[in-house]
Amino acid sequence: MSDSHGHEHAGMAHDEELGYYAQRVRAMEAVLVEKGVVSGDEVERLVNESEARSPADGARIVARAWVDPEFKNRLLSDAKAAVAELGYLESANLPDVVVAENDEGVHHLVVCTLCSCYPTWLLGRPPDWYKSLTYRARAVRDPRGVMREFGLELEGGVEVRVLDSTADVRYLVLPQRPAGTEGWSEEELARLVTRDSMVGVSRPLAPEPVAA
Amino acid sequence: MVVGGKIQEYGEGGRVLVLDLEVRGHNRTPWYLRGKIGKVERCHGAYPNPESLAYGGTGEPTELLYLVSFQMRDLWDDYEGPEADALQADIFEHWLEPAW
Repeated sequence: MSDSHGHEHAGMAHDEELGYYAQRVRAMEAVLVEKGVVSGDEVERLVNESEARSPADGARIVARAWVDPEFKNRLLSDAKAAVAELGYLESANLPDVVVAENDEGVHHLVVCTLCSCYPTWLLGRPPDWYKSLTYRARAVRDPRGVMREFGLELEGGVEVRVLDSTADVRYLVLPQRPAGTEGWSEEELARLVTRDSMVGVSRPLAPEPVAA
Repeated sequence: MVVGGKIQEYGEGGRVLVLDLEVRGHNRTPWYLRGKIGKVERCHGAYPNPESLAYGGTGEPTELLYLVSFQMRDLWDDYEGPEADALQADIFEHWLEPAW
């Protein structure tokens, strides 16, 4: 719904062109602003903040963790403090984030069965499939089947850990660094880190495509 | 152990039962985990109670939030993946009870 951030508070005259949910969101926003629960400026600021983020931000954090073991340790023990070092902590009231590290023996997959909690302030807005009832229902029941449909076949010896973000904490997966990237720079590594690999439905890209 | 001004009831590795409380309205405990036994993975600290926040309340008193780990096979009778596969979810302390 790319329309949801086309934020023309004054321009509500186009409502008849909007779909049902867009109209409903506009109406709720108008009521909340009128009642003083939120201000138009606050809504604008929050929209701008989440629009300013993209998976490239998460990728930068992952790449730093791959090249800097001490940063990685700080990221795993206190993710908010660690990402603040990279300048990602503008608002004080951002949700807490826990980073879950994949290795040879464990693979994490993130879902929110109750709604669509997602580390938006590090990855941007979630993809539509993440919010779908199908993904939310199946990720907790048949995670290996879901990953297979994303093209990821895990070996039987790898333990799957599904993280259901049911409350105040958001989860970001730290994928395994691809083999064959020894000596790569942080910037080169970041290009291998996809959004999906930080949700856990896939692995980072293999080195060949960008090395060429 | 005291976390966020609260006494942490459950330590890491402790077995806990997710209660099936008759909370009406908004809460953050998924139905598929109620009545299931898991193991405490970590305590995240104290957070405002969402059952109060959702209705304009202050969220006070805050509640400790735990990451609880469940074995997939304990959740789903027909789970076909390896025995070690697990699911972890965040559960507020007032929804937990010690289990053996």
